[in-house]
Amino acid sequence: MTKCASEIRDTALDDGALSARLAHIWGTPKTFWGFMTTVDHKEIGRRYIVTALFFLLLGGLAAVVMRLQLGSPDNKLVGPDLYNQLFTMHGSTMMFLFAVPIMETIAVYLVPLMIGTRNVAFPRLNAFSYWVYLFGGLMLWAAFFVNTGPDAGWFSYVPLAGPQYGIGKRSDFWAQMITYTELSGLAVAVEIIVTVFKMRAPGMTLDRIPLFVWAALVTAFMILFAMPAVMVSSTMLILDRLVGTHFFNWAEGGDSLLWQHLFWFFGHPEVYFIFIPATGIVSAIIPAFTRRRMFGYVALVLSLIGTGFLAFGLWVHHMFVTGLPRLGESFFTASSMAVAIPSGIQIFCWIATLWDGKLRLRTPLLFVFGFIVNFVIGGLSGVMVASVPIDTQVHDTYFVVAHFHYVLIGGAVFPLLGGIYYWFPKFYGRMLNERLGRWNFWLAMIGFNLAFFPMHILGLMGMPRRVYTYPAEMGWGGLNLLSTVGASIFVLSFLVLVLNIIRSLRSGEIAGDNPWDAGTLEWAATSPPEPQNFSRIPVVTDREPLWQNPETLPVIGGMHADRREILVSTLVEATPEVLESSPQATIWPFIAAMVTSVTLLASIFTPWAIVWGALPVGIALTGWFWPGGEKEDES
Amino acid sequence: MRTAIVRDVSGLPHHGFGPRALTWWGTLSFMSLETSGFVLAAGAYLYLMTRAPKWPLNAPLPDHWPGTIVALLLLASMPLNLLLSRWAHAEEMKKVRFGLVGMCILGILPLIVRIFEFPSLNIRWDSNAYGSVMWFLLGLHTAHLITDVGDTLVLTALMFTRHGYAGRRFSDVSDNCFYWDFVVLAWLPIYALLYWVPRLT
Repeated sequence: MTKCASEIRDTALDDGALSARLAHIWGTPKTFWGFMTTVDHKEIGRRYIVTALFFLLLGGLAAVVMRLQLGSPDNKLVGPDLYNQLFTMHGSTMMFLFAVPIMETIAVYLVPLMIGTRNVAFPRLNAFSYWVYLFGGLMLWAAFFVNTGPDAGWFSYVPLAGPQYGIGKRSDFWAQMITYTELSGLAVAVEIIVTVFKMRAPGMTLDRIPLFVWAALVTAFMILFAMPAVMVSSTMLILDRLVGTHFFNWAEGGDSLLWQHLFWFFGHPEVYFIFIPATGIVSAIIPAFTRRRMFGYVALVLSLIGTGFLAFGLWVHHMFVTGLPRLGESFFTASSMAVAIPSGIQIFCWIATLWDGKLRLRTPLLFVFGFIVNFVIGGLSGVMVASVPIDTQVHDTYFVVAHFHYVLIGGAVFPLLGGIYYWFPKFYGRMLNERLGRWNFWLAMIGFNLAFFPMHILGLMGMPRRVYTYPAEMGWGGLNLLSTVGASIFVLSFLVLVLNIIRSLRSGEIAGDNPWDAGTLEWAATSPPEPQNFSRIPVVTDREPLWQNPETLPVIGGMHADRREILVSTLVEATPEVLESSPQATIWPFIAAMVTSVTLLASIFTPWAIVWGALPVGIALTGWFWPGGEKEDES
Repeated sequence: MRTAIVRDVSGLPHHGFGPRALTWWGTLSFMSLETSGFVLAAGAYLYLMTRAPKWPLNAPLPDHWPGTIVALLLLASMPLNLLLSRWAHAEEMKKVRFGLVGMCILGILPLIVRIFEFPSLNIRWDSNAYGSVMWFLLGLHTAHLITDVGDTLVLTALMFTRHGYAGRRFSDVSDNCFYWDFVVLAWLPIYALLYWVPRLT
């Protein structure tokens, strides 16, 4: 153990003095340099969320143009080439740049607060992951604006995306965007796992971890094992296109189905990267608005883990029409239906909690109700397409488009919106307006169902996906128009949300620390939280610590008050075992992300970029790891 | 909210080794995701093999000797790696420095042999899918080898400065040893796939 003569411990200071001192040590200066160098999980989490919402806007605008185009038959608003780019950009943006990042980074913001620590496990890696993600997303959209947007669909099937048919650099930008976003996604997954495993407040045993944190943990593990699949496949794709390898080329012993296997080995779990955190949000909201502890905590945790495992056994159901062996199809039908079991258990636990609680019908809970209704509809159509004969009929039709939008928007975006209303007061210290919130909910609920329910019928009528227009004689015009009207109302609901956020940031009601009287630890921090989250690390003796101790929070003493320090605890029992320093702010993650991004971008044009780029990347990483002489480095 | 101190942690150490250190868990997480990548790449190899009429596909068998020498060199580095990890735990600076210099040499040697290994595959990456997947697997492992050797070089330099005396740096050294074990062990199944599976079929 290293001892310093001048060290200051928190026990020597009263609450006010300690708080001011730690806020200075952990704080981010409000300067440009402070912005670029911060490693605070809240700053980076907020930035990540705002960026993901910006990409939601871009992806949403692409959808609006598509809906306007399809609103009437034989429409000439956009041509087939631009339409191909639009649906590819829409899908890729929503999946890779919005849904997965926003779910991961809500966890980046909330997990340390919920488990009672001061930052994520690898704060500099966190900063690096954000910059890489930002550069990757901007690169994709910059390419689109110069008519080089990918156009082979969000799953970029070969041979369409391969060197024979994929013209120019369009698919290369797509494949390299994958590298950026997966790099950042994997980095965040590692942080979340280590943070949850080793940085929980003393006493937060495995069976006291908040359900949202469990959801974030299960998702992080899924990312850890699934994302490498798409990195491997997109690297193979770019190699096929750039240096003439033949992974997917039938003529030289390759196989285009190899792409589909690798992509969906990632792609199906990806749906659960989005859905599982959303269930965590639901499990956070329900107890707070029912004033009741969650019914079936253990069943819910096991369901999350069960869903995580089963999600890896479903990928072939995306490939039912590729002529696979019958036995394989039957197995994947069974596993696809089996995943309904843990999801069903979760829904029954939520309903039981709602049934037995005292409901406070505020906006977050409204969105939970919307989630349950929409997700159940999506789940039912999911059970239908899990069956090979039905899937064969509706494959590549609007029925599938309706199904996955119900699952993704109903199952993830509705809880996310509920989560925004629930945690906004914690993030910004002000309440969102309840009346606008109700408008937001009802417009979203009506608009979403009007937009997507007719697609089921259109699919059954035979309308295929990804057609830029259709002749009037097909009789699809009316339902498509209805869908476009619904989409417009859905967009309007988001405008209400934006208005609500802007109004509340200026003049919203002051929230206080715990406006919902909720039970988990993030509500013990101030709103917005101080840079150090907790001046004294709480001690946990209950699953809902603030309900057990509403007045006085039991805490530990004896940590340093002269450096960034976190408490490392044991995996199962969360017994304190080490006082470890947490890294200071630095510019190196930004520099490392810059040189990595330039290298990856240049590699779209020449493979030698990887060789040239290795040196600056190595220098940046060395700068990142080299100690700067602060107390944090020398302990 | 009011607070009440119920426990004192001032006696806890400032760094830990193995599962008591955050970096150990971070290393383990990265090893897990990289294992996932290796397994999927190996899966792609086996998938293409089952699709091919013969294996190797229109190419002579690869020469296994450079790969075998790499395997032997990597295995030979294991005892020193183990000792280095123990010295790091004991925080014995002189031995740690000696061990790190040794591990740098034992890391660079297989990289030199690796230069001769690529041509000994006896097929180019752009000849056919068999060549592509052979180069891919070998490239993947080489990337790991280079990364860890680079990391070891930086860490060695660091341990020769005053910063090396901070307790957490010894923990970093032991985590670096942990990762090297992974790089060595990952090579064995890849080596078998590249050089011996084609000889079985």
